[in-house]
Amino acid sequence: MPTVTTGSTTGRTSSRSEPALSTTRRWGTLAGLAIGPVLVLSVFFLLPVGGMLARGFWPHGRFDLGGALETLARPRVHRVVWFTLWSSTVATVVTVLLGVPTAYVLHRLRFPGAALLRSAMLVPFVLPTVVVGVAFLQLIAAGGPLGGLHLEATPTAIIAALVFFNVAVVVRAVGSSWDAVDPRPGQAAAALGAGPLRVFWTVTLPTLRPAIVAAASVVFLFCATAFGIVLMLGQLRYATVETEIYQRTTRLLDLPGAAALSILQLLTVTALLLLAQRTGASRISSSGTTTPPRRPRRTDVPAVAVTALVLALLALPLGSLVLASVRDGDRWTLANYRLLTSTGGKNALLVPVTEALANSLRTAVDATWMALLLGLMVSIVVTRRSHGRAERRVKAGLDGFFMLPLGVSAVTLGFGFLITLDRPPLALRDSPLLVPIAQALVALPLVVRTIAPALAGIDDRLRQAAASLGAAPWRAALTVDLPVVIRPLLAAAGFAFATSLGEFGATSFLARDEHPTVPIVIYRLISHPGEHNYGMALAAAVVLAVATALVMLVVDRLRTARVGAW
Amino acid sequence: MSSELLTIDNLSVAYDGQVVVRDVTLELAEGQVLAVLGPSGCGKSTLLRAIAGLEPLQSGRILLDGRDLSATPTHKRGFALMFQDGQLFEHQSVARNVGYALRIRRRPRAETARRVQELLELVNLTGYADRSPSTLSGGERQRVALARALAVSPRLLLLDEPLSALDANLREHLGGELREIMGRAGTTALMVTHDHDEAFAVADRMALMRTGRLVQTGELADVWQHPVDAEAARFLGYAAVLTGGPAELIWQAAGSTSYAEVALRRSALRLDGHGSLHGLVVGARATPELWRLRVRIDGLPELDAVAPLDLAAPAPGSQIRLAVDPTRLARVGPGPAAI
Amino acid sequence: MHLQRALVASLVLVTTCSMAACSAIGGSDEPTANETTGQIKDVVLVTHDSFALPKGLIKKFEKDTGYHLVVRQNGDAGELTNKLVLTTNSPLGDVSFGVDNTFASRALDNHVFEAYDGTLPAGADAYRLEGSDQVVPIDTASVCVNVDTAWYAAHQQTPPQTLDDLADPAYHDQLVVEGAPTSSTGFAFLLATIAAKGDGWQDYWTRLMANGTKVDAGWEDAYYVDFTGGGGKAATRPIVVSYDSSPAFTIDQASGKSTTKALLDTCFRQTEYAGILAGADNPAGAKAVIDFLLSPQVQAALPESMYVFPVADGTPLPAEWAKWAVQPTSTLDVSAADIDANRDDWLNDWTDVITK
Repeated sequence: MPTVTTGSTTGRTSSRSEPALSTTRRWGTLAGLAIGPVLVLSVFFLLPVGGMLARGFWPHGRFDLGGALETLARPRVHRVVWFTLWSSTVATVVTVLLGVPTAYVLHRLRFPGAALLRSAMLVPFVLPTVVVGVAFLQLIAAGGPLGGLHLEATPTAIIAALVFFNVAVVVRAVGSSWDAVDPRPGQAAAALGAGPLRVFWTVTLPTLRPAIVAAASVVFLFCATAFGIVLMLGQLRYATVETEIYQRTTRLLDLPGAAALSILQLLTVTALLLLAQRTGASRISSSGTTTPPRRPRRTDVPAVAVTALVLALLALPLGSLVLASVRDGDRWTLANYRLLTSTGGKNALLVPVTEALANSLRTAVDATWMALLLGLMVSIVVTRRSHGRAERRVKAGLDGFFMLPLGVSAVTLGFGFLITLDRPPLALRDSPLLVPIAQALVALPLVVRTIAPALAGIDDRLRQAAASLGAAPWRAALTVDLPVVIRPLLAAAGFAFATSLGEFGATSFLARDEHPTVPIVIYRLISHPGEHNYGMALAAAVVLAVATALVMLVVDRLRTARVGAW
Repeated sequence: MSSELLTIDNLSVAYDGQVVVRDVTLELAEGQVLAVLGPSGCGKSTLLRAIAGLEPLQSGRILLDGRDLSATPTHKRGFALMFQDGQLFEHQSVARNVGYALRIRRRPRAETARRVQELLELVNLTGYADRSPSTLSGGERQRVALARALAVSPRLLLLDEPLSALDANLREHLGGELREIMGRAGTTALMVTHDHDEAFAVADRMALMRTGRLVQTGELADVWQHPVDAEAARFLGYAAVLTGGPAELIWQAAGSTSYAEVALRRSALRLDGHGSLHGLVVGARATPELWRLRVRIDGLPELDAVAPLDLAAPAPGSQIRLAVDPTRLARVGPGPAAI
Repeated sequence: MHLQRALVASLVLVTTCSMAACSAIGGSDEPTANETTGQIKDVVLVTHDSFALPKGLIKKFEKDTGYHLVVRQNGDAGELTNKLVLTTNSPLGDVSFGVDNTFASRALDNHVFEAYDGTLPAGADAYRLEGSDQVVPIDTASVCVNVDTAWYAAHQQTPPQTLDDLADPAYHDQLVVEGAPTSSTGFAFLLATIAAKGDGWQDYWTRLMANGTKVDAGWEDAYYVDFTGGGGKAATRPIVVSYDSSPAFTIDQASGKSTTKALLDTCFRQTEYAGILAGADNPAGAKAVIDFLLSPQVQAALPESMYVFPVADGTPLPAEWAKWAVQPTSTLDVSAADIDANRDDWLNDWTDVITK
């Protein structure tokens, strides 16, 4: 159905209006919907982060920026910040350069297996950082397949791992945008004599630029705040702002410095999010028309070559991980998997890996329903039509507020929980709720970004039509919103579940020793050399990867055309 | 006053500080169809939404059978809305769409099924009950939307440019059908549109709206024949509006002594060997029904004229004689049909 | 229709989950009850990752005292100390073990502990931290450079003898150390170099790094993965920073001799302390745990479990220890006051030198 501009409006989006409620009732409803998420975020995000920052800027009870400024002035901190910036930039550039041709091949060309490959691309993105770290470590270790390249503790390894994670973001975002690009200007250019490359350069690329910039800024964000990867692959030689915060908090007890770096990180992230918004990334094109993909041609060979390279790069660490987990020396064996029911050599673990897996699954279920509930409420709030400038500003503010968890160090959050949630009425430190809540907060931006576009894309006139037929607001929502939102909801559930399974940063602080999750267990097995511990870590990593991949494949079967907009 | 079904009394609607509908007063009797006609951006859609209860009022009242509706929310007003692209519930079949309002009012299933059948027959879509909306054409979707809207016999049917999304042929055809169906069902309706053809096809009475105000209201024929000002005349499809000397010339040629402002349709001037006007052909174009000419007459600006197809094509540059068809003229100005 | 399928799928998912009692919230920690008396008495010991004692001894403790011992492990000594400092107002447990002499001053300054009024076994007094009755010495060990003599013999090279040798190009790419901020062993070694080199320690470390030194996060990585004498399959480094007791564990079965040796001129003494956490829920239980750690049975078990020397005089040592685990007669020392004053700077400066 082609979209028709409603010419009868006065140029503003007044065709999308709300049922006539008085102003107070409007603000009342907005407040009612928003109060839950705002409260949760305030207690479980603002409070812990604020607590950490307070410890940093008010050491010994008095406001004193001395320590913070001193740390910021250290040459090492400058080196760390510089490393964060340049490694993230390089990783982003490489990801975009590899991702755009891959997006083209997987979304614009038709060939058997394209759909499967598209789904498979999502898997690296949601793999737990610990798994990726282990896979890469295994690959570049002295005795491993790429050992000869001496990549241990090098920026190359870190950047490669970051690209591994994030190429899926670019492929997905740019690919779906490409599907919605109007082919006619390109065809007109071709008719005027422009070759395919020229058409791409002068017509397609400018149209895709908002999507590419949005994807690039998100990728940069993820690279700059990566924790597990840098911790495992940088070892002690290379540090980013995130790991530096970790160092300063847990080892050097330099809370002023850690606080200063946290603020720095938060400011950078906020700036990035604003930039992404400005480039119209959050403007969701509601033109549902997509051009169908076409068969490959000879001119597509370079793009296909790049895609093949990318797929090989993605398969290599994972394949190597799986292979290593079933070998012991030179023999093929499943011993590592059988040992998952034990607690590891030298009692590295308190509980067997299988129990940790059960913990992970239970925690993920809790984290998922919490994230979905919060995410749904937030999505409803930010996609409601505004009736005036004040309401619009408040909504924009709320939108940004709920994206904050993306930008704050998981270390700051985790530690903040530890030091602020220890007194009644919030004595939650030992509660089983804490880990799921932290994970739900980490997954929240992802959930909102999946559900909100679907809600925003609903034509408000449908609700109006339902209302005029006698449907009360709740009934109208059921008839109109529910069918549209059910698939993104399921997809978001999958995302939240997968993210929760693999969450490491905050969980590593908060999990009680007797109830570890699998990523924590993997990390412990890696850090406690002992008989078979390493093999067990590999096996556990494979199990976790398979669980995550299964969830993602199920999510993708729901075939939501635009799963998430950045 | 009390016999009117719907009364709009000095209604004003503001959005974001700007007044979009100003002091609109309207009456609608039972069984009538009123079209609010106006250009894009004049506020007619806002007016419609305000009547439906979807926009808050800045001032004024909406009365239904004399009762003020301001406290009644949309879903309790008993008005049905129909939009230009149907707004069908894509996830439900045609039958479920049509029966929606009945299900909300918890009518027994047998009754609902019967009524759905009735309605589908009414809109000439018998047998479409189990189809999915995505498989229907534009015209079919609009008919389903109409059936849905009529399901619970609403007091008032509100139509927002119901035919604009359809192509020209279908528009004409469906417009007639719409009128016939609403007539049979005895529905009272208020329609907004920017297309005067749409208004003429469907409505009995017409109100012209411009920048938030109503400029003229009346029976179709009255408004048609007596546009209140030049702008209204142009909006109603009159090709040219003349005043003063030129107007007098035209009136004279038509056999009248009037010298009021006159609006001409494109077919007002006709090629006629015995006509009283002499003109120079500037351009000629064949259409399926007539020759369409552009002529220049002394004392008049360039105007449209017509000639029957069976005559030879008047060549540009040739001199011809023209007569005026008085039925294709309208006197412009406040008259019996003024507000 | 596809919508109905999606709805059914989600419904099935929800029901199976709830039926399987998936929620973690449902399950709770069941407090352990003493079977005979029905009393619930948890005592929480907060310690580092290297804590280990024979299960039999712990069970005996629980039986004798009626307490249930819950062990919470929190990284290495430095991490442990920092966590204790950060949670002073609401302590993580009742008693702590593992804060050592290099980190104790930070804990004491932040009032992490409260006084212990039990009696120390003979000989333990010598290891007391200057003038404090809050931290109780439990064990001691010296951090020394260890070399794999077997490796050197096989490669026909003379093993290094002194700290300066480690920076000698002849021993390029042979040393593996632990990170100072991430490992108490590493920090002890850093202190040893500071004691030995004074203000020139940063130059020394720059030379060490230039000589291909590998830095691992913890002792286990360094010893078991990278040290050739530790049995790691991909080990390539014959010099490691470890303990004076380590040679007792690398006895070659055939010859009955140790294949590694500790360089006794490079040692720094480390003493580990236990203490009752201020504001603990169960101070009586905490005292009982410390008494337990000082008991002769536990002191005798320390060498085999944690590779450290007991502080109590007269505790019998394992057979190989007497022969191969030689304690240094003189150690490189840095006073507790100096450590306290400069710890942060030293750690920062060290990190500056190490990272790129």
